[in-house]
Amino acid sequence: MSGTPIATTRSAAGMPTGKLAVWWLIGSEIVIFGGVLASYIMHRLAHGGWSEEAAHTNTWIGALNTMVLLTSSLSAVLAHQAAEKGDGKKASKLLWATIVGAVTFMIVKAFEWTEEITHGYTIASSTFWSFYYTAAGIHASHVLAGAICMYYVAKSAAKGEHLHRVENVGLYWHFVDVVWIFLFPLLYIAK
Amino acid sequence: MATAPATHEEHDLGHHEQSFWEKYVFSTDHKVIAMQYMFTGMAMALIGGFFAYAFRMQLAYPGMEVPGWGLVTPNDYNQLVTNHGAIMIFWVAMPVLIAAMGNYLIPLMLGCDDMVFPKLNRLSYQIFLLSAVVLLSSFFVSGGGFGGAWTMYPPLSTKAEYSLTQLGSTIFVVAVALEFVAFLLGGINFITTAMNSRAPGMKLYDVPMVVWMIVVASILFMASVGPLIAGAIMMLFDQNLGTAFFDPDRAGDPILWQHLFWFFGHPEVYVVLLPAMGIVAEIITTFSRKKLFAYRTILYTVFGTGVLSFTVWAHHQFVAGIDPRMAHVFTVTTLLISVPIAEMLFVYIATLYGGSIEYSTPMLWALAFLVEFLIGGVTGIYLGASGGDIYMHDTYFVLAHFHYTFFPIAIIGTYAGVTYWFPKMFGRHMNEFWGKVHFWGTIIPFNGIFIPLFFLGAGGQHRRIADFTVYPELAQMQPWREFATVALLIMLAFQVIFLWNFFYSMFRGRKAEKNPWKANTLEWVAPSPPPHGNFPDGLPTVYRAPYEFSHPDHDEDYWPQNEPPAEQKA
Repeated sequence: MSGTPIATTRSAAGMPTGKLAVWWLIGSEIVIFGGVLASYIMHRLAHGGWSEEAAHTNTWIGALNTMVLLTSSLSAVLAHQAAEKGDGKKASKLLWATIVGAVTFMIVKAFEWTEEITHGYTIASSTFWSFYYTAAGIHASHVLAGAICMYYVAKSAAKGEHLHRVENVGLYWHFVDVVWIFLFPLLYIAK
Repeated sequence: MATAPATHEEHDLGHHEQSFWEKYVFSTDHKVIAMQYMFTGMAMALIGGFFAYAFRMQLAYPGMEVPGWGLVTPNDYNQLVTNHGAIMIFWVAMPVLIAAMGNYLIPLMLGCDDMVFPKLNRLSYQIFLLSAVVLLSSFFVSGGGFGGAWTMYPPLSTKAEYSLTQLGSTIFVVAVALEFVAFLLGGINFITTAMNSRAPGMKLYDVPMVVWMIVVASILFMASVGPLIAGAIMMLFDQNLGTAFFDPDRAGDPILWQHLFWFFGHPEVYVVLLPAMGIVAEIITTFSRKKLFAYRTILYTVFGTGVLSFTVWAHHQFVAGIDPRMAHVFTVTTLLISVPIAEMLFVYIATLYGGSIEYSTPMLWALAFLVEFLIGGVTGIYLGASGGDIYMHDTYFVLAHFHYTFFPIAIIGTYAGVTYWFPKMFGRHMNEFWGKVHFWGTIIPFNGIFIPLFFLGAGGQHRRIADFTVYPELAQMQPWREFATVALLIMLAFQVIFLWNFFYSMFRGRKAEKNPWKANTLEWVAPSPPPHGNFPDGLPTVYRAPYEFSHPDHDEDYWPQNEPPAEQKA
């Protein structure tokens, strides 16, 4: 495409266009996860016997993944800080650290799910397990999407281009993180 | 702010000669994307209209070989009504009213050269087109299209033994989900553009009403569709992975789907209503040569309606076994929401009061919108009260009420908008005489179709039955059904006049100048049709509110937003 439209460069609302759009994107995602979680909570309140099902989830693995995600958010913040100072190379490296966090999260998840599925707890076992895999699965797809976005942003940041995108992708990453902060107690701790 | 003409020329020079594909198929220009949405919507409207023709023929003359379709079996009938509903709402009303009008008008009316994310915009249309293709493909799989109603209630939608088409119902859900993704992307673009890219000098209260309404509609859509996206994923898993989210036999809950669906489904009514209300606002103020009455009141009313629209959804479920105490709450909120809508109608009438009204074709459509939508709103009062709804639920009374809201929105509102902005879109006028013939040929038969359905519904005729003559108490009302079908045939025939007028005028119509209606908003500053980049003389600056008609301090009866005040002129 030849040239960015003038429209994109305006900011009558006092916020850069890209960042504004990320906030709206996050807003639309909040209602998606809100729908899943509200359905889950209403369902769980209405039906007994879920705690026995939930007892089979592995709280320690969940806690480990929580740590991984929180740490990766820290490097996303540091990347933003570096980008603010105009240090694209450092921002890129720190984003890569965040990507490593995302990949670690997915690997841990893969082992965890394999373990559970081989023990017979599949998505069709009961409504609890259906919610467990669906909610965590939708979240995992966001982890994946975030990692892919960060890959592209890190690539351009290394060349010193589009440094403002480091903050935008960071915002999204924190959101993905916060969703997990809701999922972890609901799926793992509440037994 | 980067509005200097120099930057603009640079931007234009960047554009070399484009091939046909670049210019019309893979364009990122908001006007081309708007046209893509509009023509796709029109094509889908023809399909949706054809479906209505086929099932109405079956209802009036059960068992006949319908020309163009053949025998309408009960299974065919279900597929036809389901897809008629889904197509008309998701693939006609949404793309034409929100996507086409929004894409076309937002950048022009805000005085900028394009949407803020042109590539995202193109992606949004491509996903939308894909969703339409996916939907239509469901008719060609084994078992045929989905026939469990556009609301997709489980278990009709989740169990193959009820839907009779496992793949068809999966494709249906996927198509709807894709369509949502397309409109989420488009909505983010609309909202961000409106927030950030207004012309210099344009304050929030200087934004034309139709832009406000489309933006508020996009926010409503965004805030309400999330739970249904989640629900669609759950439904796909129920259909294909053996989960039981909505299956009561295995500790699931079918009512959950109804909550997720209607939490979206009711705000959706306002998502499509608001753009139509906005279009009507622009038209009545221009053609009565009067300032839009109570601009801020309308705006606050729109916000109020938006908030309230999230609290009424369970009125669709009064007979679904919800707690009667909850039904009371939803009765109250439902009746409450008629207040802001009635207020808006009154305010529009106040705009007309004392104006010098010109009965042009767009104005006729706008006035018809007010009248017909009023009937839709008033009949909704009976259904919003849980007591009345217990009798009326799932009868043709509901169906007639619903069409008295959606037909004015999706059809009358669209015709109003298209006839009003046609000179801007194509640089030529539509024929006024044939426009009026088409108007009366649509409005009169429309009432002929749906007024009988109120009586049929009140007489106990239930929805979703392919042949009523097998019920003795309903069979005697057959003349009403024939009347409605004949009215539909007449109405469909008159649409040919519109299509001819539309395409003939596009190439042969009388040439239109920049501002044929002498209106004030910024799209009339651009040439007709606007070139790529919209404003070749530099992006406009705004000096006043959008509806300064017949202003005492000004000689002419209109005062464009971009015209500098007199003292600055010299």
